[in-house]
Amino acid sequence: MNTLSTTTKTKTFPKGGVHPKEFKFSAKNSIESIPLPKNVFVPLTQHLGARAKPVVNPGDKVKVGQLIAEADGFVSANIHSPVSGTVKNIDEVIDQTGYKQRAVIIETEGDEWLADIELSKNIKRDCNLSTQEISDKIFKAGIVGLGGATFPTHVKLKIPPGKKLEHLIINGVECEPFLTSDHRLMLEKGEEIIIGIKILMKVLNTDKAIIGIEVNKPDAINNLSDIASKYPGIEIHPLKVHYPQGGERQLVRAITGKEVPPPPSGLPIDVGCIIINVGTAFAVYEAVQKNKPLVERVVTVTGKSLKKPSNFLVRLGTTISHIISVCGGLPSDTGKIISGGPMMGKALASLDIPVTKGTSGIVIIPENEAKREEVSNCIRCGRCVEYCPLGLEPYLYMTLVERNMIDKAEEVKIHYCCECGCCSYTCPANRPLTDYIRLGKNIVLYNIKKRQTKKDG
Amino acid sequence: MNTIFTTIIALSAIGVISAVLLYIIAQKFRIVEDPRIDEIENVLPKANCGGCGYPGCRNFAEACIKSDNFEIMFCPVGGTSCMSQVAKILGKESAIKEPMVAVIRCNGSRQNRAQKNIYDSAETCRLVHNLFRGESGCQYGCLRLGDCVQSCKFNAMYMDKETGLPVVIEDRCVYCGACVKSCPRKIIELRKKGPRGMRVFVSCINKEKGSVARLNCTAACIACGQCFKICPHNAITIENNLAYISFEKCKLCRKCFSVCPTKAIQEVHFPAKAQKEPLSEIKSS
Amino acid sequence: MDKNNLLKVSFAPHAHGGQSVSQIMLYVIVALLPAMLVGIWVFGPKALEITLTAVISCVLFEYFTQKFILKVKPTINDFSAAVTGVLLAFNLPSNIPLWMVVIGSFAAIVIAKMTYGGIGNNPFNPALVGRVFLLVSFPVAMTSWPKPFAYTVGGVDVITAATPLSILKEGVKNTEALTTIMAKMPSYLDLFIGIRGGCIGEISVLALILGGIYLLYKKIISWHIPVSMIFGILIFSGILWLTDPSKYADPFFHIMTGGVFLGAIFMATDMVTSPITPKGKLIFGSLIGILVILIRVFGAYPEGVSFAILIMNAFVPLIDRYTRPKRFGE
Repeated sequence: MNTLSTTTKTKTFPKGGVHPKEFKFSAKNSIESIPLPKNVFVPLTQHLGARAKPVVNPGDKVKVGQLIAEADGFVSANIHSPVSGTVKNIDEVIDQTGYKQRAVIIETEGDEWLADIELSKNIKRDCNLSTQEISDKIFKAGIVGLGGATFPTHVKLKIPPGKKLEHLIINGVECEPFLTSDHRLMLEKGEEIIIGIKILMKVLNTDKAIIGIEVNKPDAINNLSDIASKYPGIEIHPLKVHYPQGGERQLVRAITGKEVPPPPSGLPIDVGCIIINVGTAFAVYEAVQKNKPLVERVVTVTGKSLKKPSNFLVRLGTTISHIISVCGGLPSDTGKIISGGPMMGKALASLDIPVTKGTSGIVIIPENEAKREEVSNCIRCGRCVEYCPLGLEPYLYMTLVERNMIDKAEEVKIHYCCECGCCSYTCPANRPLTDYIRLGKNIVLYNIKKRQTKKDG
Repeated sequence: MNTIFTTIIALSAIGVISAVLLYIIAQKFRIVEDPRIDEIENVLPKANCGGCGYPGCRNFAEACIKSDNFEIMFCPVGGTSCMSQVAKILGKESAIKEPMVAVIRCNGSRQNRAQKNIYDSAETCRLVHNLFRGESGCQYGCLRLGDCVQSCKFNAMYMDKETGLPVVIEDRCVYCGACVKSCPRKIIELRKKGPRGMRVFVSCINKEKGSVARLNCTAACIACGQCFKICPHNAITIENNLAYISFEKCKLCRKCFSVCPTKAIQEVHFPAKAQKEPLSEIKSS
Repeated sequence: MDKNNLLKVSFAPHAHGGQSVSQIMLYVIVALLPAMLVGIWVFGPKALEITLTAVISCVLFEYFTQKFILKVKPTINDFSAAVTGVLLAFNLPSNIPLWMVVIGSFAAIVIAKMTYGGIGNNPFNPALVGRVFLLVSFPVAMTSWPKPFAYTVGGVDVITAATPLSILKEGVKNTEALTTIMAKMPSYLDLFIGIRGGCIGEISVLALILGGIYLLYKKIISWHIPVSMIFGILIFSGILWLTDPSKYADPFFHIMTGGVFLGAIFMATDMVTSPITPKGKLIFGSLIGILVILIRVFGAYPEGVSFAILIMNAFVPLIDRYTRPKRFGE
């Protein structure tokens, strides 16, 4: 299986899903660095879980890679300075959530890295550290899932007692339209990714890993297959182009045929799987082999009317406006700016929002495509049910949430939704199904948590 | 003829048998209810608004009878007169409560808060609140989409087209609290209605620093503390960059209103002519 | 920054597949065209006249009800009223007076659709309600059909012919032997092409199947309802036929006659009034098939497709409730 044969049957998940037009404009453009911004805004919540606790004060001098906020709690992650310079302030700035969050504001002066970080491009293949040492390094480097969910990786690598790992799955699907950051990374940093996977395999004490890549990236499949042939135990599985295959549940189903139990308690580890994004695997390589904490990531900047769609290696905390100015300025017909892909990304309210660990791309949508069509009555066509990859009933959920019947919505399992947006995408009446479901899901999950704590306490 | 007779007899027989069956079943499955429930329900407004904390008027009536602590039972819609009737039925003393009114604590009208984004989806405050800080950039202020108006069962609210803010029609407001619950930003507060509706309140709940708050809204409370300093009754507290006037302590002297630099403090229903000598006016009322 | 340059903010997804309600309805109208052409070929320009009357009156009724009575934005530009009009006309004989068509359109749009809240909220198929309304109000006009190609010799109103199903019903009532009844029937080829008496749109099985294939190709309908309904008819009438071939007509006769194909492809598959899940659709379709045969063989009416579909429409919420899709991971 190490070499890709054209006869291999491509796998996918069986039910639902859509195939939006791909628009991968930036797939041929290699990853570039951009000039450092004057100021960076580093939010203290760049990960799922508790907010990190700042350990610097205004006026402090920091170097690149220096710890500026430490993990506060079990599910939390360290945050490091992405630039060298002076801490100006710790204040509230608007971030991708659309609300103000606490952030460390640093004024850039030069580009001085911490001494123990290795900056050379030489590939370091051997890793003789113990499992514990590797875990510690991953934790210290503040690595989180770079696919978008930003779940702290060191937590993910701790397999809960009683569970057994069967498959380590590496997610190179990148099923969102427009985005190409993982694609470019697999082409340019293939060997580093594979070494990162090897390190993860060592931590997890497994001798097998599967990389899932959709067949619209044949160059990435070939590149990784060539490299992986030198490293036993790593397999490449080509997958059919099928949104939302990059979602954990769909990917596990596509590769192993198993169904992850439903939320809020069900996790991939329940069926013996751990899923790591290729970007995360690369970050693990850098952290373990080069001592480099997570201070930069690849961000795709793209859009139909953007002059130069690109893939940039961006320091965290750089504002969107700085990045856009590098690739030719904001097009005059801009209607919407999205952080992430068009199917699941968040529309940004301002250009001053900083890039965080979860920002995989910035998509600029022109005015004429940004507007939503007029909403009409549900005609019960059943497309939302047909295309829902999780076998749910979006039309019903929207009505229930609209009428504030949250308990009933919980009964019909609104919280199983993964917010992939296939229902809204296919709805001929343009109903804002995902909008209402997300709201209802949030309330239901909150209620469940409240009941849980009540029962425990 | 014979046919007619058999028909009549057969139909009557069916009728009688059904009546007997119905009677037996009705007796067997009869639920004995306290007759006072119906009595109390009759004097209640039957709006089923939930303002009392019970799902409907009948549930409230049941609760009134079962309750050991009748003083805490109160129907905000019917008010004191209704509760005294209920008390009479139960032979108990009723609590006298002061009338309240829903107050909208945001003055971020279209003029005071410029639009910074265009929200483009279903027009419900709940959704916008879940999505981002709002079209005006103020993450505390009114979202101007009228969830509160939708929730009001007494037609006591409407959206002002000019300002974009909701308005309470005070004569109709029965302070049931439905709008308070419906507002995702917790802007609406039930406050003492005050003598002839006169009251003073801070029309802002922005907890940002003054300079930041002013960026988005010219009518924001900037927590300058002038009202706090001037208040002779210790009715004003300042916490988290925000002033709050306690309606229990406020004596309606209106000194704070005159010193507020952003007009975040508002006064309503004070007679225009009395504005020079507010205190004497209050005393005479 | 002027208002047009403000950034738009909304929830994900920020892309849309592009299909709209009006597009779906247009596809349905296109799929109905072959059957309409056969209707005009067989019954003459009167068929076109009735279809146009039904479409125009349905659209106008929808417009005026929404504009002046309900005071909402009219939704005629989604073409759903036009589809209702075409389907209503397809269910009428070609010699029906035009004023009756207008009354039928009134029943379909105002009574069956608008009173429930417009598109998407009607529990019953509007076109069928219109047809049944006319059938019980004007039974004679609704059950006298002109002979095929009668218009070419003149006198449309004079030369009438019974439909195959009414020939069967009459024959059974008069206790004729099935073989003598069957001798009066058009050949299966004529039934397939559409040279027979009947309503404007129901006669040509070929044209209806063509339209159905187009809709399947465009993914407007799924195969579940048409196939299960036709199989329901085949199996149930087949059982009856096997018990006594001299008394009951053969199953192929049942599916080729009456409005089976029009009903199966265009009426029962109406999205608003059919179940959502494939499982529900199969139950819905096969029960319609059984009801059709029950009404045709044991009921008073010679034809039962409209009634069968309307009856099953009422069960759709129940079917939806018990045929939930299987949730992932459960």
